[in-house]
Amino acid sequence: MEMIASGAEAVIALDGTTIIKTRVSKRYRLKEIDDTLRRERTRTEARLISEARRCGVPTPIIKDVTGFEIMMEYIDGDPLKNVITPVLSEQAGEVIGKLHSGGLVHGDLTTSNIIFMNGKLFLIDFGLAYIDSTLEARGVDIHVLFQTFESTHEGHEELIEAFKKGYSRTLPGADEVIKRVSEIESRGRYT
Amino acid sequence: MTMIFGLEGTAWNLSAAIVDENEVIAETTATYRPASGGIHPREAAQHHASHIGEVVRETIKKGGRNIDAVAFSQGPGLGPCLRTVATAARALSLTLNVPLIGVNHCIAHIEVGRWKTPARDPVTLYVSGANSQVMAYRAGYYRVFGETLDIGIGNALDKFARSVNLPHPGGPRVEELAKQASQYIPLPYTVKGMDFSFSGLSTAAQEATKKHALPDVCHSFQETAFAMLVEVTERAVAHTGKKEVLLAGGVGANMRLRQMLGMMCEDRGIEFYVPEKRFMGDNGAMIAYLGLLMFKAGYRTPVFESRVDPDFRPDEVVVKWR
Repeated sequence: MEMIASGAEAVIALDGTTIIKTRVSKRYRLKEIDDTLRRERTRTEARLISEARRCGVPTPIIKDVTGFEIMMEYIDGDPLKNVITPVLSEQAGEVIGKLHSGGLVHGDLTTSNIIFMNGKLFLIDFGLAYIDSTLEARGVDIHVLFQTFESTHEGHEELIEAFKKGYSRTLPGADEVIKRVSEIESRGRYT
Repeated sequence: MTMIFGLEGTAWNLSAAIVDENEVIAETTATYRPASGGIHPREAAQHHASHIGEVVRETIKKGGRNIDAVAFSQGPGLGPCLRTVATAARALSLTLNVPLIGVNHCIAHIEVGRWKTPARDPVTLYVSGANSQVMAYRAGYYRVFGETLDIGIGNALDKFARSVNLPHPGGPRVEELAKQASQYIPLPYTVKGMDFSFSGLSTAAQEATKKHALPDVCHSFQETAFAMLVEVTERAVAHTGKKEVLLAGGVGANMRLRQMLGMMCEDRGIEFYVPEKRFMGDNGAMIAYLGLLMFKAGYRTPVFESRVDPDFRPDEVVVKWR
């Protein structure tokens, strides 16, 4: 088993073809709160990964959920940030459109959390995902992704336009969300 | 040396100060204390209006030579209080014939911390009656990484305290009572993305007192609310990669909150800074000091642009002094 990532909330280990995501304990908070949060969030994350899959969004297959751990399929592909093109950005738009159509919001969309494997784009890390169909939630979700386009990719305007095209194809009412994104941008938050 | 006169009065505390680059030369404070209940905006403004003359005079008398500019809290805050203080600041600036500088109250809390602690580029947790924000500097702005979706943590504590007949301000009483607790009672923990919410928690805590001992509820309230604040602060630290956390605002006096933030920072191997008490709650020195930074960077607020803004956001200010 090999540790491959460590974030504020969880550590990720790879065991063969299985990813093990473990929510770590925080000693600053009471054990009662710590246990409840970690258990509930682990369960919610696993549920939302499966739910996204049912909406037609490629996600890792959940193998097991125990206490504070999720065991899931390892998506052994390239992060979108290494392979992005307008064509793939449009495809990402379609995938996020499907996710939003299903009433889900990812909560942490970056080009590192979208993985290209076998011609498909997989969404990973649903740690901050939640159920919400409001324009604001969808708008923030996309705005955060566009910011990673802007900060790390050349020709981000073309990528954003391509994304919008794909997004509009799979989400009815996508125009409204895209309008909200410009409004959110002007507020200068969510960096 | 630059000498700046600062005037603060966004809520309950009216405070004037004169600072230079290194220290507070003079400071005078008059605190509004409600006879019963919480802060009444109109009464607080009346308090400020009746004391502002003596507060300004006293401060000038203690150190008012060669003042270069007058800074004041332009917002956020209670409208009537802000207007009273802004009126006095305009009058003083015209009388002394020096520029006026409107400053953002939240940023003043950060800058006084950068002045009076070793913190240089921190993630700031700013917790007071009306405000609860996690902020950090990035590319010309103090960005708000997380904030309350409804009421400030101090307000939530006060509302709860009032409902169980504890005197205002409720925070210190809740902290005292929490020490006698014997168990934790589950209360709603609300973190949405990077934001938190306290109104539901306050109501649930009120309900819980019908079935549980008050110290247990106080303890559970603090543990739940502070865990939310520390969690979002930690996320902002992880996201920005910054190596320091600064605590600001009146609720920062709470020792349990400090302990929790301290543990989080220790576990992440980063520094944790708390300014001394006089610079934590609302104070004139922080307004004067931010005024000083802005004055030296060329900011001026002509009278026609000096209208107060009760919803003045820190991320609206272009930061040219860093």
